[in-house]
Amino acid sequence: MYDGGKIIAGIIIGLALLTFPIWYTSGRAAPKPEVKLPVKEKECVQPGPYMKKKHMQVLDLWRDSVVRVQQRSYVAFNGKEYDMSLQNTCMSADCHAKKSEFCDRCHNYTGVVPYCWDCHIPPKEKPEEKH
Amino acid sequence: MGVNRRKFLKIAGVSTLGVAAKPAADALAIEWLDKKLGGFTVPETLYHLFHKPEGFTPGEALIAKRWAMVVNMKQMDEEIAQACIDACHRVHNVPEIDNPKHEIKWMWHDDYEHVFPGQQHEHIDENSKKLPFLVMCNHCYNPPCCRVCPTKATFKRKSDGIVMMDMHRCIGCRFCMAACPFGARSFNWIIPWPRAEEGGLVRGFEGKEPPTPEYPTRVKGVVEKCNFCAERLAKGKIPACVEACQELCKKKGKEPALVFGDLEDPDSEVRQVLRSNYTIRRKPELGSNPNVYYIV
Repeated sequence: MYDGGKIIAGIIIGLALLTFPIWYTSGRAAPKPEVKLPVKEKECVQPGPYMKKKHMQVLDLWRDSVVRVQQRSYVAFNGKEYDMSLQNTCMSADCHAKKSEFCDRCHNYTGVVPYCWDCHIPPKEKPEEKH
Repeated sequence: MGVNRRKFLKIAGVSTLGVAAKPAADALAIEWLDKKLGGFTVPETLYHLFHKPEGFTPGEALIAKRWAMVVNMKQMDEEIAQACIDACHRVHNVPEIDNPKHEIKWMWHDDYEHVFPGQQHEHIDENSKKLPFLVMCNHCYNPPCCRVCPTKATFKRKSDGIVMMDMHRCIGCRFCMAACPFGARSFNWIIPWPRAEEGGLVRGFEGKEPPTPEYPTRVKGVVEKCNFCAERLAKGKIPACVEACQELCKKKGKEPALVFGDLEDPDSEVRQVLRSNYTIRRKPELGSNPNVYYIV
């Protein structure tokens, strides 16, 4: 093998660079995102762990129910009735009133960019509280 | 283990039958199947089986079998027409765009000759020449837009005949705009409500804010149109244009220029108005069967 030393050295350097993100951050996980839960309302439309995992399916069901089959009321796990609306129920003043402290926290952390807010209007937040 | 010829033919036969079932049922117009599926296709039905909408229609909702509107041109004037349009566009966050090539309209008014091109002649009465004919989506009984939509983003709602738009599904192909004989649909050529960005994150709106924060805006690349205020009907309210119109007509001491109701209910207000007045519809010869009637 011509220039074997150089090639092997190159491979090692290359591998090191490729795996840089893994070994550089090993043992130090990035801080977990902390969502701010509503103070007033204690229960969501489904239990917390379920919502954590399945909120996208719940919202998907909601949009189909509302737009396509004209069913706009949802019976939550605790028997309470809710108007199926991302904008007016989920993000109401008593619940997740701040998108930046709830949705954005996890979505930014995981790099998820759902297109909900291209059309739906998030609740207003004061400028100084945005960051 | 391979598939032998006998097995392959069996699978092929069964698959063909499966694929052909829905068109065959359509062709044979098997009504009970259509009723069973609630106007949905087989894949849609399967989808609903696994994604069961757990909701129900709210109690306060206004229910009808077939919503219809009557526009009484004998009571209409420029001011009333503008009030209706403003109410509609405010409630649905329809943007005001000056460029006529980009403009979005759910409701507007036009001259007799453009609204009823088949009825136009040069000796039409002076009054009809001047009147602002209020036009919107006709919520056709047989909507051509829904037939051409490749994603079923626009569809006729089985329960009450409203021709709806599902903005989540619209891919912006504009087939529906070509199919609509009434020009009732608008395409979002530009971002209707530009969002202000900051550090790669959306932070509110740039410049103007949508007037009704409870109702969503639209995004660039979707088609939109009048929805007979489906979101208001669900809350037990009549459409915004009818409400604004009836208020203004009352103030002016006129009969309401817009009447809204269930066409299938013989005692409804629209049926009473239709019974006692001669009414016409836009382009009835096309067979789309509009649900908006005009008293001229």
